[in-house]
Parts: sequence; structure tokens; C-alpha cells
Amino acid sequence: MAKQYETVIGLEVHVELATKTKIFCGCSTAFGGAPNTHTCPVCTGMPGSLPVLNKQVVNYAVAVGLATNCTITQYCKFDRKNYFYPDNPQNYQISQLYLPICRNGHVEIETSEGKKLVGIHEIHMEEDAGKLIHDEWEDCSLVDYNRSGVPLIEIVSEPDMRSAEEVIAYLEKLRMLIQYLGASDCKLNEGSMRADVNLSVREAGAKEFGTRTEMKNLNSFRAITHAIEGERERQIELLESGQQVTQETRRWDDAKEYSYAMRSKEDAQDYRYFPDPDLTPVYISDEWLAQIRDSQPEFREEKMARYKKEYDIPEYDIGIITDSKHLADLFEETVAICGQPKKVSNWLMGETLRLLKEKNMDPEDICFSPEHLARLIGLVDSKAVNSTVAKEVFEVMFDKDIDPESYVEERGLRTVNDEGALRKTVEEVIAANPQSVADYRNGKEKAIGFLVGQTMKAMKGKADPGMVNRVLKELL
Amino acid sequence: MDILEYSAVALSAAIREGKLTATEAMEAVLARIDEKEKDINAYVTIDREQALRAAASAQERIEKGELTGALAGVPVAIKDNMCTEGMLTTCSSKILENFVPTFSAEAVINLEKAGAVIIGKTNMDEFAMGSTTETSAYGVTRNPWNTDHVPGGSSGGSAAAVAAGECFFALGSDTGGSIRQPASFCGVVGLKPTYGTVSRYGLVAYGSSLDQIGPLTKNVADCAAVLEVIASHDMKDSTSINRNDTDFTAALVNDVKGMKIGIPRDYFGEGIDAEVKNAVLAAAETLAAQGAVVEEFDLSLVEYAIPTYYTIAAAEASSNLERFDGIKYGYRAEAFEGLHDMYKKTRSEGFGAEVKRRIMLGSFVLSSGYYDAYYLKALKVKAMIKKAFDDAFARYDLILGPVAPTTAPKLGESLSDPLKMYLGDIYTISVNLAGLPAISLPCGKDSRGLPVGLQLIADSFQEKKLIQAAYTYEQNEKKI
Repeated sequence: MAKQYETVIGLEVHVELATKTKIFCGCSTAFGGAPNTHTCPVCTGMPGSLPVLNKQVVNYAVAVGLATNCTITQYCKFDRKNYFYPDNPQNYQISQLYLPICRNGHVEIETSEGKKLVGIHEIHMEEDAGKLIHDEWEDCSLVDYNRSGVPLIEIVSEPDMRSAEEVIAYLEKLRMLIQYLGASDCKLNEGSMRADVNLSVREAGAKEFGTRTEMKNLNSFRAITHAIEGERERQIELLESGQQVTQETRRWDDAKEYSYAMRSKEDAQDYRYFPDPDLTPVYISDEWLAQIRDSQPEFREEKMARYKKEYDIPEYDIGIITDSKHLADLFEETVAICGQPKKVSNWLMGETLRLLKEKNMDPEDICFSPEHLARLIGLVDSKAVNSTVAKEVFEVMFDKDIDPESYVEERGLRTVNDEGALRKTVEEVIAANPQSVADYRNGKEKAIGFLVGQTMKAMKGKADPGMVNRVLKELL
Repeated sequence: MDILEYSAVALSAAIREGKLTATEAMEAVLARIDEKEKDINAYVTIDREQALRAAASAQERIEKGELTGALAGVPVAIKDNMCTEGMLTTCSSKILENFVPTFSAEAVINLEKAGAVIIGKTNMDEFAMGSTTETSAYGVTRNPWNTDHVPGGSSGGSAAAVAAGECFFALGSDTGGSIRQPASFCGVVGLKPTYGTVSRYGLVAYGSSLDQIGPLTKNVADCAAVLEVIASHDMKDSTSINRNDTDFTAALVNDVKGMKIGIPRDYFGEGIDAEVKNAVLAAAETLAAQGAVVEEFDLSLVEYAIPTYYTIAAAEASSNLERFDGIKYGYRAEAFEGLHDMYKKTRSEGFGAEVKRRIMLGSFVLSSGYYDAYYLKALKVKAMIKKAFDDAFARYDLILGPVAPTTAPKLGESLSDPLKMYLGDIYTISVNLAGLPAISLPCGKDSRGLPVGLQLIADSFQEKKLIQAAYTYEQNEKKI
């Protein structure tokens, strides 16, 4: 019988923090922007420039540490990691090695196998590097330092995961916690969340770990899943054919769905870490720590329990809405304005999710405001628009966050409640469709549907269907 | 009175009183530079037109009453490792031969705000690594007292410029004695402030935890006035300290009665030149005659200062100098194949021998497997040295000793034996390791006519004690 293998996985997850300015200077962290426009002497490594720590980075790092049950290092330091590369303007990265800000934490994940804890070895703060752009045409490389100095935390897990499913559950858990904290938007495709996968295999039941490889450049959950499955197979094949797994860093090629070796352990650099003398140690006082602890948000589990108590909406809806902090905020804020949880939930669960899926967007990308959603609900409630028009208005609101009231006014979409005008149209429809009128009078109830449709069409959809029905029946 | 004989403070007073103008002062300095520079080579860069324009502008603002400070209108020389916006800043290295900063160092900005006028940038040991100003890529600087001798280093250009009248005062930087030792060799006053007193923003880093900017001046009063202007709390430098006691000129008091001064026996043992020893001890007697209580004591750990310093400074330097890679600014090798070859050739061609030696030393002590044995151990010894000074300052207001074991050596004598050169730093470097303030001031000359320097060391934040004792010595030096 073939040997059974167990996969052992640990993750290094980099998360770009949502601070407005960089970790060691006042430059903007905004994504995009013309190359080298969000830069200054500090983040381009000019001689004589010095770093000054952005305190908000510490706030976020501690908040993530608390949310992942870590011990906070109240006296922590920054270290320099020395290596030469053009995207690294000082040729050292300011990071943390000896005294990282958080240690010894864990998160609970849930998979088809049930619940389990994944340990967190440490979380440290560091600066991001710039970006190299290779110009194939000119055969030269250009460097953009806009991203240089954007704050990151690196969350290093214990090798506690055993499958791609657990890895995805772990990442989704981290993403949710961090989004709830507002510490990052955690977008894999934009690079604000990046996961390096450390993977080894061993015979089932073995105590020792096998030799691991590290995979980089994984930009989606799909890539992570495929890379894990591929790497597991590759390592098992090596072992089965009597070969050794080489400790190395491998780069995932998403197009080819294949990873290839970047560098082996022998080429591993000596980073010559040492405490950065330009920065003073960070001392997080008990008061500061308490302040961060006190401002931790309500996380998903507590939120779900509260929704169950406060709102009369299905558990399934609660699950979906609280899955995203942004969606949950939108829900609560809209309900606070209009007081109709059921209707708000319907808009979110129905049209909102449909459009998100159709446009391939995350709930975090929703741009419409709770005020506008509440107004739209108000327009439907007061029968100012019918549900078909409301859906059309919602689509525009979803795209551009327009004010539904002024939009309806400007476009003349308000339901015509003038019975005189309606009566006149209905009379015209009756006159133009003698056959349907005869069918109805002969007992074919369904014929009225056709007449309602014709009336709505003549009214350009702006009539209240209930009123059309009533007037039709009266006149027939 | 010849303009060049004015001290900085006296010159500014004369300008503000309308006796002469800032332009006249600048013209006098430029004329002296024309006369002396071919022998001394104190400057790397002199921008005459800009200097005259700035002098005229300062004069205008003085006349309007906008500039009233003690340094208004005074021509100043800046060591070439401090960034000056729009003016070449080379650190006396080939690797920065074409580097023009986009901003000025905070200390330079403070001087300009006070109305001082920049003449140019002074020569130095490459990246401040050296004790003779012979490691500059732009030629050696010579000692104005005897041009066969070095001016000391690394702020040798600044010290020589002050001594030769090529400026009224200068800024230097001191990582292991780089202000005090050249001040001593050139017979001028130099002060290294408490770490954190002057912002390091815009100072091209050598050993970040040790570097401090400070003044080189003709006398103690100028020294206090300059320090008062350049000291500031700077939010751009995380190691900058907020002090409310920077009115240093208030300490210009001719009185040391009751001041307790300790002389470390360890500073007068093997290796010290007899003439230096005698001059320094005579200075101690002068202070005793003015009422100071002077006694000898044992300052421990003196012999550990040099290896500790060279481990820490080199480690920090190896990392600080990584940014000079030919990518973003500065020198880039002409012919190379690929990125790594470009790095290698650029840095091999761009750095001089002493800088390469310290980069290699620093990289070694930080490398995996050696970090604990060298770098971490050095940090521990550093803390112990600080403790030894703490113990001394529990008993004394000041420590008195020589600045260097000898007067200025001849050109070419030092670089052939770097270890011997490093040993010359024995009295100055422990001050940087402990973050303390210290002043170097002239205390006579040796039989060859070369100046001898007296060093006074104070506890952290006690610059005023240094200034008071130095001022008292200066006032009474010739009166015994």
C-alpha cells in the first residue's frame, strides 16, 4: 500500500496597514499615483535623512496582536535588515527581529473537519519596498518609490496547518479580523495582503518535520490552493523516487500554474540584523495598551449574537452580512436611519450581493452611503417609486452613490399617483384592446394582466401597479 | 583692527552696530581664502557668488532690523558631511562627487535663520573616517601652524579654516573625537555636545548612535554662542532631545571656585607625549589657582574604549553606507555587466581604502555567528563605560585630560599604521560611547610650535559647566 503523507504548512502573511502616511515619513500611502510622486528624502534613502515612527502603525499592530491573542512586547525595537536591491533605497529594510511587537498568539479557524487553533509565532512591523519596472523596449529597469515606506505587519504563523482548506480558513479569519479593526483592506490582488507559504510533507504519524520550501508571489486564494496542492505533489514525488526535498524559495507562476526555484538555502543571505540606531525603542505603556484594548471593535461572533437578539432577520442573512465589516456597518447605519432591518437586509442580500458578484467586487468596494439606501427604502415605502424603478435606481446608486430622491425627481421616475391621468390612460388602453376586454368580461381573469402591462407601458413604468389594477377593474 | 581678527560674536556686533558690513566680512574672508587655500586646502567647495549674495542679503536684513542675533552676518564654513540645499555635499568621497542635496541639515538651517552666511564646505576624512583629513578624495588639508603636519580629523578642514582665518567659525561633526582632536591640533576651540542636543537630520551618518554636530571656533564665547544657535529639538530626528537649558552663553562666567575636577590617572600613562602631559597638567593648575578642587582618580575601562568604539561605529557605518550604490545619486561605475557588477564596481571605485576597511570590519562584526561575540558584547561594554563615567560624575563636576596623546603628526605618518592611528583616539572616543559633552581648547604649544589641546568632559546635559570652566581657563591662561 502506498505511503500516506501529511502536509505541514506555516504562513508568513504581510499586511499593508491602512495608515494615511508612511511608517517613517509623512508621505501619502495612496495606491496608484504617478511614479515617485509620493516620495521624500526619507523614503528614497537620501543621505542625511532620518526615520520617525508613525505611531498609528503601532496602534494597528497592537490591535491586530490583541485580536489574535498575542502577548504584546511593551518594550520593542526596530532592527535593520541589510540587503542590496534597487527597490530598497537604503539597502536596508527597517524591520523587527529581536523584539517583535507581538508574540505567542493564536486564532480559531473552522473547516469541514471542525474547529481548530492556529498558532501565531509573532507579528512584527516593517517598511515596504518600492517597485521595479522593467522596460523591455529600452532594456532597462526603472524604480518607483511610492510604495517604499508603506507600513506592513508580518504575521508569522506556527506550522499548524495541514491542508489548503485550513490555510484559506486561516487567511479568511485574519482578513476578517483585520478588516474589522480597519487596519487594512487586505486585498490579495492589490498586494495589501500577501501570503508566503512554507510547506513540507512527512509520512503520516512521523514526529519530525520534513524539509520545507517557501513559495512566494501568491496573489489569490485560488493561486494559494493550487500552489499548495502542486507543491505537496512535487515533494511527495521527490520522496517516493528516493530524492530529497531541497530547502529553497520558489516562485509561483500564476499563468503556468507552476512554481520554480528562485534560490536555495546555500544562497541565503546574511542580513546582518542589528538594532536601528536612528530609532528609539518603542515603549508601549500600560495606559497606551489599555487605550488600544478599549477601542477594539465588536468582532464578528459578538456581532452575530447581537443581531440575533436585536433584529428579526434570518441567521443565514446575519452570517453573510457580518462576514464583511463594511457590509455590517452599512447594515447597522442604514437601520439606524430607517428602522427597517428586514428591508435593509433584503437590499443587501438581494441586489447588493447580485451586483457584487456580477461586477466581481468585494463588499469592501461598496460605495453607496447608508443615507442613500435609507432614502431609497423610503421612496418604495411611500410608493413614490415601484419596485422595478427602485431596482433601476439602486443600480445607478451602486455605481455612483447618487442621491435616489433627486435622481428620481430629475429623471421624472416618480410613480404617477394622479388618478385622473391614470384613468385617462386606462380608458385609452381599454379602447385600443377590445379583444382582451372581451376576454376578461367573458371570465378570463388572466386577460387583465395583459391590460395592466399595456397601461404600465403607456405610463413608462411610473404607475403604481396596485392602483392600475384597481382602476382597470372599476372601468371594466 | 583687521576684520579677520574679530571673533564671530565681535564681528556680528560690529556689523549690527554699523561699523562694517556682512559683505565686507565675506570679502575679507574670500581674500584670505585666495591667499591661503593653495597651502591649506581647507575647503572642498567654495561658492563665492552665492556667499556674496547671501552676505548682501544678510546685511539688508540686519539693516532692516530683522536679524539681531549674535551670529548675524558672520561667514561660516560647514563640514562637507552636512547637507546644504543646492550646494555640493561630497563627504570628501568620490562616491558623492556630484551629489547636490535637495534639503539642508537642521543645524545649517538654524545657522542660516540666525543670519550666519555660508562660505562653503570644508574638507574632511572620507565619510568622517580618519583622524588626519588625509583620507579625503579631494586632497589632504594641511595644518596652518605648520603645513608639513596634518590638521587632525575628521573635521580637519573646519579646524584649519578657523585657525587660518578662512572663516570666522565652522561646524564639524564628532563621532569619536572628530571635532575635538582637530581643534586641538589646530589650536582652536571645539565642542562635542551631549548626544541628542543638535539634530542629526541632514548629517550624512557615519556612526548614528555616536554622531553629533558641534562648533569649531576661535574662542569659548563664540563656541557658546554657536552652540546656542544650532541646538534644537527636531521632530525629524527621533534621537533629538527637548532641552530647555540651551542658553549656553549664560555660562560665560569667569569663576570655577568650588568646582570639582577629576583627572584620570589612566590618561597620563604610557603613550602620552611628555610635552602634552605637561601642558595639560599646567592647565589643571591654572584652574586650581582659580579655586577649582582638582584631584586625580581612577577612571576604569579606559583600555576597552577603542575596540568597543571601532566595533560599534564600523557596524553602524557598514549599514549607513549601503545606500551609496550608484542607483539613485552619486558616482556610478562606467562599465559593468548586470546589477551586482554595478554595485561591486561602483563601490570599489567610489570608496577609499579606510572606508572599505571599516565597512568590512562592520560587516564582519554584524554577520551571523559573530554578532553576539562582537557587536552585542561591544554594546554591553559601552553600557559599562557609561556606568564608569556615571560613577566619576557622582564625585566630580568635570573630568580634565588631554585631547590626544600627541600634537599633530606629520603628513603621511599615520595612514601606514591604522592601528596606531586608532590608538590616538583613546581620550576622545569614550565620550561618544557615553553620549557625553566635551570641549577641546588650546593650552599652549609644544617645542615645535604645534598647539596642545586640553579636554574637559562633563556629565550629560552639563555643557554649561564645560563652558564656564573653559571660559575661566581662557581668561586666566596667561595670568599665572
